[in-house]
Amino acid sequence: MEKGIAVTGMGIISSIGKNLEENYISLISGKNGLSFSEILETKHTHLPVGEIKISNLELLDSLKLNSSKPITRASLLGIVAVKEAILNADLHETQLGTCGFISGTSVGGIDATEKYYKNFQDGDYTEFIKAQHPGFTSKQIANYFEIKGQVSTISTACSSAANSIMLGARLIRSGKLKRVIVGGTDCLTKFTLNGFNSLMILSEKPNKAFDEDRNGLNLGEGAAYLVLEADDVLGAKQVLGRVSGYGNANDAFHQTASSPEGEGAYMAMNKALRTAKLNPRDIDFIHAHGTATRNNDLSESVAMNRVFKDSLPDFSSTKGFTGHTLAAAGGLQAVLNLLMLKNQQIYPTLNFQNKMEESGLIPITDLKHKRLSHILSNSFGFGGNCTSLIFSSNEK
Amino acid sequence: MSDLRTELKESIIEQLNLEELSVEDIENDEHLFGDGVGLDSIDALELIVLLEKDYGIKLTDPQQGKDIFVSINRMAEFIEAHRTK
Amino acid sequence: MKNRIFINGISSIAAQTEASVFENTVYSYNESVFPATAIDYKEFIPAKSLRRLSKALKMSISAASIALKDSGDLVPDAIITGTGQGCKQDTERFLESIFEEEEGLLSPTAFIHSTHNTIGGQIALYLNSNAYNITYSEDSASLEWALLDAQMQLNLDEDVENILVGGVDEISKTITGFMNFDHQLKKEQFSNLDLYKQESSGTITSEGAHFFALSNHSIETTYAELLDVSVIASLNSDEISENIKGFLKKNQLEISEINLLILGKNGDVNFDVYYSALKENVFKETPQLVYKHLVGDYDTVSGYALWLACKILKLQTIPEVLKVNKKNPEQIKYVLLYNQYLGENHSFILLKKY
Repeated sequence: MEKGIAVTGMGIISSIGKNLEENYISLISGKNGLSFSEILETKHTHLPVGEIKISNLELLDSLKLNSSKPITRASLLGIVAVKEAILNADLHETQLGTCGFISGTSVGGIDATEKYYKNFQDGDYTEFIKAQHPGFTSKQIANYFEIKGQVSTISTACSSAANSIMLGARLIRSGKLKRVIVGGTDCLTKFTLNGFNSLMILSEKPNKAFDEDRNGLNLGEGAAYLVLEADDVLGAKQVLGRVSGYGNANDAFHQTASSPEGEGAYMAMNKALRTAKLNPRDIDFIHAHGTATRNNDLSESVAMNRVFKDSLPDFSSTKGFTGHTLAAAGGLQAVLNLLMLKNQQIYPTLNFQNKMEESGLIPITDLKHKRLSHILSNSFGFGGNCTSLIFSSNEK
Repeated sequence: MSDLRTELKESIIEQLNLEELSVEDIENDEHLFGDGVGLDSIDALELIVLLEKDYGIKLTDPQQGKDIFVSINRMAEFIEAHRTK
Repeated sequence: MKNRIFINGISSIAAQTEASVFENTVYSYNESVFPATAIDYKEFIPAKSLRRLSKALKMSISAASIALKDSGDLVPDAIITGTGQGCKQDTERFLESIFEEEEGLLSPTAFIHSTHNTIGGQIALYLNSNAYNITYSEDSASLEWALLDAQMQLNLDEDVENILVGGVDEISKTITGFMNFDHQLKKEQFSNLDLYKQESSGTITSEGAHFFALSNHSIETTYAELLDVSVIASLNSDEISENIKGFLKKNQLEISEINLLILGKNGDVNFDVYYSALKENVFKETPQLVYKHLVGDYDTVSGYALWLACKILKLQTIPEVLKVNKKNPEQIKYVLLYNQYLGENHSFILLKKY
């Protein structure tokens, strides 16, 4: 197999915890982070969401930032997660200067746009005008850590963070960078909540991924980042795992729905296996995209069966814990994958009761201890954007 | 031609930006999702919004649309039976 | 060994046409926000599909189509797009409907089309392409990152031979209008052609779509070779010269070998200092061109500069309206493009005559 790019640190904030430790405790105790909107001011308070119960002011305070700075929620969440990742990777300030930063976000600072939309013309809150555009969110995070070199933003909806991880791996493989922080961030916004609601794919109950009676997703918010480093700068550092494979393909079927044969997903998973030089049988666990929409879970099941045939490994969706964190989802999954590899355990699909009639597939529904070497992780976004990543244990 | 049917055609043309079509181009029993008018699943969601906005009929399951939006006739029948506006 | 990268097909939809620039009949605009010139989208997009598409989407599909045709119908193994501000018209539409309906009944089409990667997604649908498809949204470096990704893949990956790269941004009534309130746009009224005479903050803006068919092999009608791309998020004006020298040195070139320097100068008195640092010093003897007076400034406008560079390299002729100094190169072999916006996202693109 392909050795893959070393992960030396990670950080996360989600509705199940504001750091790695808290997230881990929630995962092993089956505690989900779904609740109803309190911080997001919306009419739809009946819709379960994975809201992080920390206000922007509290986030600014915890980061010792002046509340007069135009930093939006997604940037604040991103800073929290990146801070933990940097500490976890034992990166020094001097190393940050040449470190890259690739971040995925779908709506960036649109929470500020929707709040101040009518104020701008009066000359108020004009420092938030640029916040709407994804690059602003990434720059706010990069500026906090004084990262001035290669900074980029990928915006491919729900596969953004996964694509950022893929780009980071490619940047190191190509020799353009020795180290790069990769992942994604998205916060709850009226824009996305109402957007998904207009598509009629939100559930009024906690989501049931891969269940016959699933009826939609719950939105969530969060940020998660990894530190990737080239082998020749590792020294004696801990290596949490490796990004050993990646693949992106386009479903080219519909702007939002996935094709019945899961063509994009099928191709992405195969590409990831190919770059990792692994066979389907080598995969110990699939961390599914599993949003619990009627469409995704069927399409993804079909694709998984097509790739793995008789050797479908254990699989699970963790969106029952965190909700669907949109662009950040692939990043959250990445951190959870590395926790799984470290602890040799699989986190369950919550709320599952009945298998889907079309596929008969049953996900893991309880915390399971298992020998894990390779995890395949799926992230599928609107616009037919399908990405699969493979995370592997660090072989000595 | 009943007023409701004409009204529906006008609404559909406007809501779905069917600039190339006029009321006369849409037959009452023509399959809306077929080759002629050529609507797709995104249009179906738009029609669900139209049903609620203009006629006060709330569909909770988008799958219901498959039956109701088959043709102008079918839509009109459904609306006549269930409208609250 | 690294593969070479050739630009085999190009396209431009912008506020000027090829004729208006190369035949010196430039269009003049007196507003700080002006649209791209209209084209007949029906030539590229079936009428049935057109109905839902915003300008960004119409421009993208058309420009992508033109570039691919220009390359001899190359089939892309990857589609990589850059857009700083995405489909703003749809974003605006959906946002405003949220306010109007007070989060009530909302039409989904605008939401669906507001995601930044709708452009890439629509092109994939149009071409029926399952290829790798990524969208970069890094403000004024969006297209450059798309080029960087393409460069890495063409250099590293044996499976990838052809890549379609494009940059798109559109104007919208309200969201573009916001740029009036934070000094991004000029307050005075004047003709775009007098942009560089204004000693004030801000610039003028427009929209456009620029696509490029890249390959690791050349064809008879290849425009240019893409030698290198670099993006640096933050730089001080006194660091820019050293950085450019380093970039050229990495490509085994000296400043004196650059035949043409294309600058993204946009008339904003606060930030033109970056361009002065180069124009009046290390590149004093180099023929220099500017272009934003013709097509405005927007996040992916460097696509226009790249398109211009390709045309100039092929035709070996430089339209007068672009020239900054009176220097004329004997031959145009190496072209360097430099752009930045509000002091950020410093990008260099290096091209060589084919």
